[in-house]
Amino acid sequence: MLRTATRLTAGVGALLPLITAAAETPLNMTKGVTAVSQDVYQLHMTIFYICCVIGLIVFGVMFWSIIHHRKSKGVKPAQFHESTKVEIFWTAVPLLILIGMAIPATQVLMNMDDTSEADVTVLVTGSQWKWHYKYIDDDVEYYSLLATPRAEIENKLAKTDNYLLEVDRPLVLPIGKKVRFLMTSDDVIHSWWVPEFAVKKDANPGFINEAWTRIDEPGTYRGQCAELCGKDHGFMPIVVIAKPDTEYRAWLTNLKAEQAQAKAEEQKLLAMSMSMEELMAEGEKVYLAACAACHQPNGEGLKGVFPGLKGSPLTIGDINGHIDIVIHGKKGTAMQAFDKQLSLRELAAVITYERNAWGNDTGQMVQPKDVDARIKSAI
Amino acid sequence: MSSVAEPVDGHEHHHGPATGLKRWLFTTNHKDIGSLYLWFSFAMFLVGGAMAMVIRAELFQPGLQLVDPNFFNQMTTVHGLIMVFGAVMPAFTGLANWMIPMMIGAPDMALPRMNNWSFWILPFAFSMLLFSLFTEGGGPNFGWTFYAPLSTTYSPESTALFVFAVHIMGISSIMGAINVVVTIVNMRAPGMTWMKLPLFVWTWLITAFLLIAVMPVLAGAVTMVLTDKYFGTSFFDAAGGGDPVMFQHIFWFFGHPEVYIMILPAFGVVSAIIPAFSRKPLFGYASMVYATASIAILSFLVWAHHMFTTGMPLFGQLFFMYCTMLIAVPTGVKVFNWVATMWRGALTFEVPMLFAVAFVILFTIGGFSGLMLAITPVDFQYHDTYFVVAHFHYVLVTGAVFSIMAAVYYWLPKWTGHMYDEGLGKMHFWCSLISVNVLFFPMHFLGLAGMPRRIPDYALQFADINQIVSIGGFAFGLSQLIFLWLVIKCVRGGEAAAAKPWEGSEGLEWTVPSPAPYHTFTTPPEVK
Repeated sequence: MLRTATRLTAGVGALLPLITAAAETPLNMTKGVTAVSQDVYQLHMTIFYICCVIGLIVFGVMFWSIIHHRKSKGVKPAQFHESTKVEIFWTAVPLLILIGMAIPATQVLMNMDDTSEADVTVLVTGSQWKWHYKYIDDDVEYYSLLATPRAEIENKLAKTDNYLLEVDRPLVLPIGKKVRFLMTSDDVIHSWWVPEFAVKKDANPGFINEAWTRIDEPGTYRGQCAELCGKDHGFMPIVVIAKPDTEYRAWLTNLKAEQAQAKAEEQKLLAMSMSMEELMAEGEKVYLAACAACHQPNGEGLKGVFPGLKGSPLTIGDINGHIDIVIHGKKGTAMQAFDKQLSLRELAAVITYERNAWGNDTGQMVQPKDVDARIKSAI
Repeated sequence: MSSVAEPVDGHEHHHGPATGLKRWLFTTNHKDIGSLYLWFSFAMFLVGGAMAMVIRAELFQPGLQLVDPNFFNQMTTVHGLIMVFGAVMPAFTGLANWMIPMMIGAPDMALPRMNNWSFWILPFAFSMLLFSLFTEGGGPNFGWTFYAPLSTTYSPESTALFVFAVHIMGISSIMGAINVVVTIVNMRAPGMTWMKLPLFVWTWLITAFLLIAVMPVLAGAVTMVLTDKYFGTSFFDAAGGGDPVMFQHIFWFFGHPEVYIMILPAFGVVSAIIPAFSRKPLFGYASMVYATASIAILSFLVWAHHMFTTGMPLFGQLFFMYCTMLIAVPTGVKVFNWVATMWRGALTFEVPMLFAVAFVILFTIGGFSGLMLAITPVDFQYHDTYFVVAHFHYVLVTGAVFSIMAAVYYWLPKWTGHMYDEGLGKMHFWCSLISVNVLFFPMHFLGLAGMPRRIPDYALQFADINQIVSIGGFAFGLSQLIFLWLVIKCVRGGEAAAAKPWEGSEGLEWTVPSPAPYHTFTTPPEVK
């Protein structure tokens, strides 16, 4: 039994230096890069140490008994079984400790809850399995998808540093400014979490939640969706790049110009036709990025969950029906509307691809102008 | 099998069990039904455990190796459902069936036919749940908490089977709970006044009231999921005027008392074992009863601490934080009482005591992480990470499950009439204790370092710890086979057990011979 005692005390003892040393290693909570995240970290450590002290006292008394009050040592058991004084003592003392914990916790919470007077507002929309960011004051928006290649996930390629924590287009934010997040979702509940900001807020479909942060240091910060949201819940990371305000402004102006140019080019595209090869090549890329998570790379879907597109009446039948479902989605199912997620060119390419890949071979091409016509006819 | 069973006349029926399959199918005997519950629970523990092994095998390395993410989600979901509703709850109901009548000096449970029925619908519920895994589209994959709209609009077609299975489990629990309440209220032996009840009886009485209060709420939640999915209602769909967060309120109004349903009887078990092996009366009996009742009442006021990130008003967050912190007070009282019971006792460490002591320490660690989780601003960092997974496995595995094992070792001589193999039991204990900590302790670090729960694949910085955790998991899983072997061995033979095999144990169950006769206390004992 002494063996037990030493083993367990050694276990608890070994823990303390581990945790203290853990400040820089990924064994403990991050201190983060905002005033709030540091407050949260302090609160976490304070409560942790209080628990350790209580634990050491309680388990200490217990192990004293285990070592010294053993029948094998010939002790006679005492017969006491109550003491009002002691019982009042160990009801009152924990109560006081709890009040001591509750006061700083309340202060930090009240601060976290105050989303007023923000400098920048970003609307964050979750959907299966990507994030969408919209800068409310600047009319700029884009989707942010996992950038880790499928081959790394399937162990066909060596995994790189930011495996599963990298995206194609990160959220860019200014440092030193109060950024307010408005969270919502297009389908199921997601949760937007960046540990370095101590921000975790659920994105609920049909409702808007608020959170805020003020980042102190420039850098790249990574997080993940924290609420089970279906098959690829583990594959919708968040990347935030924090920049000084001037750089952030420049980035925003640049992005606006780019997006305007892309729109203009798209208009030009309406007058032209793309070749089958162009459409198929681009379509495959788009399909793998936007569609394959559900419908699978081989177009066969997942039986009973996601319908297959190979030889399906949708992809070899009426072409307008096919375009409509891609641009508007299908209500009451996981099929999303892609009119805002993909450009006309990408939509045309991916629909063409779906109608000709995996032996569908309809030979039909869809041009950007066809897609544009269907979108306009719906309005 | 039943065709070879001898028909028994009324006289014989009164004195011994029928034989063959019929004995078990038609039994109304509390001891038989207790054994059925316990064996069923152990079978489910192994099935749910096998699913945990699939989860840990997939998480052994980063990348997808064994299962696809959709199946992984089915494993986490069904593992949770089976362990909660199939392993822990039936095990406690089994213990209640066996022990409550013997502890209060009653001849049987008050409603024996309902007792039979409440057990026998369970295998159907779990067969249906397991069957759903093999349907097209797979079984439930939305987590055991089945948050809408993931469980409604976006769920597989087998959701109806899940709903029906949960309904049956709920009906079984409610019937079991009613039986416990009626038995304890009406069938105590003369002189067995309320404040003389063994704590196991007290904790189960309070648990039964919790069950009756919240299982209908769960039934309501699954019914709303059913109608939202199949009949076009919009309870949880904002587009139709509903609210997905309302689902979470309803679910956790059931879910939080549910976690106390799984731990209060454990308190009762430990409160029987620690005094027995300390050879000293339980310290603070009355305060134990009041603490249990306080925990039960508070359990109805804390549900939204599971939902701090859903976007509650500040007042709501503060209210639920304060109430949750308050639970630490009565829980602390219990732990202090157990330690005070051991203080200056004459301790020995047979296997039941080993498990009980491990329970007190490891459950307390789970309690500490629970207190940390109660602090709302910090919970934003812990929520939905492996820190939470570590927390609830400490309270449910090293808490509830360890107490069930302690109970089995403690009462096994009474049930079988044989002493279990002490060496094998010690081996089971030490293997379990070490592996369970290798399994769950490092999960705290994973969560703090930022690994979300319910993901089939993870970033590279989590790889080392996940590997350690998986090894602990496999070792813990294998250790339970020792337990299976030990129990079978003990049922089949062994050193004969005395009526009271433990020197310090107290209670009416030790006044009847071992094994306990098929019918006990047909005339009530006098309790002084």
